Amino acid sequence: MNTMIHNTIHVLLALTLPPLLLGIIGKTKALFAGRIGPPLLQPYYDLIKLFQKGSVFGTTTTWMFRAGPVVGLATSALTVLFIPLVNGTAPISFTGDLILLAYLLALGRFFTASAALDTGSSFEGMGAAREVTFACLAEPALFLGLLVLAKLSGSLQLAGMLGNSLAAHWATSGAALALVLLSWFIVLLAENARIPFDDPNTHLELTMIHEVMILDHSGPAYGMILYGAALKLFVFTALIVRLACPVATGSPWLDWPIFVVAILAVAVVIGIAESTMARLRLIHVPVLLVAACLSSAFGFILLVR
Amino acid sequence: MDVVLTLLGIGIAALSGLPGLFMARTAMSGQRLTTLLAVLGAGLGLAGVGCFWIIGESQPLVLAWSVPGAEFNVAMDGLSAIFLVPIFLISLLGSVYGLGYWKQTAHPENGRKLGLFYGTLTAGMALLVIARNSILFLFGWEIMALSAFFLVTTEDEEKEVRDAGWIYLVATHVATLCLFAVFGLLRKSLGSFALTPLAEGSLTPAMATAIFVLALVGFGLKAGIMPLHVWLPSAHAAAPSHVSAIMSGVLIKMGIYGLVRVTSLLPAPPLEWGTAVLALGVVSGVLGVAFAIGQHDLKRLLAYHSIENIGIIVMGLGLALIGRSLSRPDWIILGLGGALLHVWNHALFKALLFLSAGSVVHTVHTRAIDRLGGLAKVMPWTAVCFVVGAVAICGLPPLNGFISEFLIYVGLFGTLGNGEGASFAGVAFAAPALALIGALAVACFVKVYGAVFLGTARSERALHAHESSPSMLVPMSALVVCCCLIGLVPLLLVPALGQGISAWAPNVKDAGPALVTLAPLGWITVMGMVLIAVLLVCGGVLWVRLQRSVVAYGPTWRCGYAAPTSRMQYTGSSFAQMLVNLFGWALRPRTHRPGKLTLFPQKTDFHSEVPDTVLDDAVLPAFRFGARLFSWFRMFQQGNIQVYLLYIFLALIALLIWR
Repeated sequence: MNTMIHNTIHVLLALTLPPLLLGIIGKTKALFAGRIGPPLLQPYYDLIKLFQKGSVFGTTTTWMFRAGPVVGLATSALTVLFIPLVNGTAPISFTGDLILLAYLLALGRFFTASAALDTGSSFEGMGAAREVTFACLAEPALFLGLLVLAKLSGSLQLAGMLGNSLAAHWATSGAALALVLLSWFIVLLAENARIPFDDPNTHLELTMIHEVMILDHSGPAYGMILYGAALKLFVFTALIVRLACPVATGSPWLDWPIFVVAILAVAVVIGIAESTMARLRLIHVPVLLVAACLSSAFGFILLVR
Repeated sequence: MDVVLTLLGIGIAALSGLPGLFMARTAMSGQRLTTLLAVLGAGLGLAGVGCFWIIGESQPLVLAWSVPGAEFNVAMDGLSAIFLVPIFLISLLGSVYGLGYWKQTAHPENGRKLGLFYGTLTAGMALLVIARNSILFLFGWEIMALSAFFLVTTEDEEKEVRDAGWIYLVATHVATLCLFAVFGLLRKSLGSFALTPLAEGSLTPAMATAIFVLALVGFGLKAGIMPLHVWLPSAHAAAPSHVSAIMSGVLIKMGIYGLVRVTSLLPAPPLEWGTAVLALGVVSGVLGVAFAIGQHDLKRLLAYHSIENIGIIVMGLGLALIGRSLSRPDWIILGLGGALLHVWNHALFKALLFLSAGSVVHTVHTRAIDRLGGLAKVMPWTAVCFVVGAVAICGLPPLNGFISEFLIYVGLFGTLGNGEGASFAGVAFAAPALALIGALAVACFVKVYGAVFLGTARSERALHAHESSPSMLVPMSALVVCCCLIGLVPLLLVPALGQGISAWAPNVKDAGPALVTLAPLGWITVMGMVLIAVLLVCGGVLWVRLQRSVVAYGPTWRCGYAAPTSRMQYTGSSFAQMLVNLFGWALRPRTHRPGKLTLFPQKTDFHSEVPDTVLDDAVLPAFRFGARLFSWFRMFQQGNIQVYLLYIFLALIALLIWR
């Protein structure tokens, strides 16, 4: 019974909270810029509006253009079930679920990037090329971090790797975990099209990554893309939260609120990071991602030395 | 029973092209008969494997054979069965595909030759897989190697094809030379040419290492392990597509089979072997896919992906070897299980991709990726088949490629828990390498699918393309079904894999059930179903919303530019440019760019290419040097057959005296 309630809260929270993260990031950036900014719930209003709007489809497009948003949303929606949010348990957990998580996100990437190419626009082609290129460097960084956690926990399930035993490991192998935290934060920024990798608010199509891929989508399909992106941001933020603050008081009345506060705090940190940095030139992006890989790799070497 | 059926299948396959030779070369009847026989032979072969799985192991079949030192000894075991299935399956589907793709009426000059050697290739491969005597093995090996040469050079009137054929022929003979040495050394230790496991302590370490290294080079050349892959890209590109499918899907796996078989004979492999094999796998995997990204030729690109997938298979084999050195049955089961399953998976999705590529080439008559575009609208079935193949080869769920990579991942992560500290941590670094390979493969196949099937046509030919005939689409659809089936219900294959693993490492008991406990394949099925359900729900939501709202159609948004042409689309080369530059240290891309532009620039051009670094910068210069060095040897080459017969006679006399 308890598990059932736990899982229900997990699913409800994971499906409803993500747009709020976008709202908080936006608000933080606005405050830094000295503006009031849009309301915190603006992303929800946007989604509702988009789902009610009509759409325009390019005449060059095929079924792939519709499949992109659908697969992107479905895969992100599925991955939120793998992440342990509190107390080291997740609704779905089995040996090797971390691999399925990474590959589901890759499946989403395959279809969203292909949908971008379906339009025949060179701008969207550019965006798709950048997206898949940077993912090639982000993926090893993610896996190197997972190596550290697997070595520490002796488990091959995300629930075990990011479980409650992590708190004790911070005391013994804090340096390694800090390096992974740094690496995964960079991966979070890269995978979710944040500054310094990509500026969601930029005006010039030539410099965009994620936003330019979805230029031609409109209406409900665009809403699905935005919601899928929010879910993906939630997955990576939750990974960071569990890694950085693996607290478990034992009482669900405390654990859930702590988690919500923590994930919102990470959103604020993302907002601060975005406000205090400039977007990198595209040719420098791979360098930062390689640094993320090396950071995790050093963490692993610290562990096994 | 199983061996007899398989041998019968091999016999019929070997002779399948023969009656066709006596029939009209401009009519379809001969080709239909050839195809019928090939299908019959492959069907019998598959029935033989089925018998083995259902009834169980049978006695080996030993027949008298007049070749000195050899005996005609064939038998079936778990390993043979696993490798026989793709041989017969791809051969069957490939010959049916050939009915539409390489019509004898359209190719009277080489249609019959193609049919003949397609059959002998199948027979040679199947024979070497069930051979239990090294002479018989080599016999099958050479039939396979030479048939493949004649198949690659089907269109031998083209220089490009002849060059590819010669490079292949040289590579395959070097491989055979290594194998002569391997089996010679094995005979020295064993006392006979029988392929039976050696007893512990019957080999000195130096001898064992010599056998292993020679086998790695010989079989690695055939499998196309980087840097021994030099023959592979051009041969696969030059051959007709159903030949590329069987070569890439099955023939290069014979190298893997050889490695697996020979390592199963050698007792107690030292740790260094496994580590070396794993490292070779990583190099092949990463560089294979990196080279693939730089290619402009559709089939050449797919050929480089074969090198990548061979790398993944070899990584699994390396893990299994390490498991044997350290007596860790779980690593053996996951590593070899993943490798053997990937042998199947790669055969299925690579054949699917080559057949889909053939379907494209058949109608547009070009392999240049950047001349195509927009084909998904005119050839929807081919496009769907290609997407399935692409998703599968990237190792993405819910298709079959994911399962085998999953097993290898779990095995690699499992090496972390061995408690041996830093001396052993290097092995685990193969897991992020596999992640890199996967991400690069996604980049590459987005590029190919986007440039070939999406957007608008970049040339007249692509504009007037048409969908292929059912005889080509049916074999492709059958492969699609296989990819989905393995991806969704991998548990079906566990018994077969278990038998294969036990045949390789006899002290690993009950490998099948152990595989299921080590890797939660049941969960994979559940998650595959859940994924499909969620996809259907999301797709349904979108569909309902689109039904209930205004949908308008218009041109693609070009950011304000009003007169776009199809040539302004992002090309495959532009898509790949960043990654090619990232791997520039290995790919060494060549670009030809216009010089400094003047005030009123004239018409100019730009092109880039990624040639094969190993072939162009190492192998060819070395061969040229060797040719200069040995040019004095030409005085023995008289071009006169009587003189050559004299040489043979003299050599025999010399051998007799030496005896």
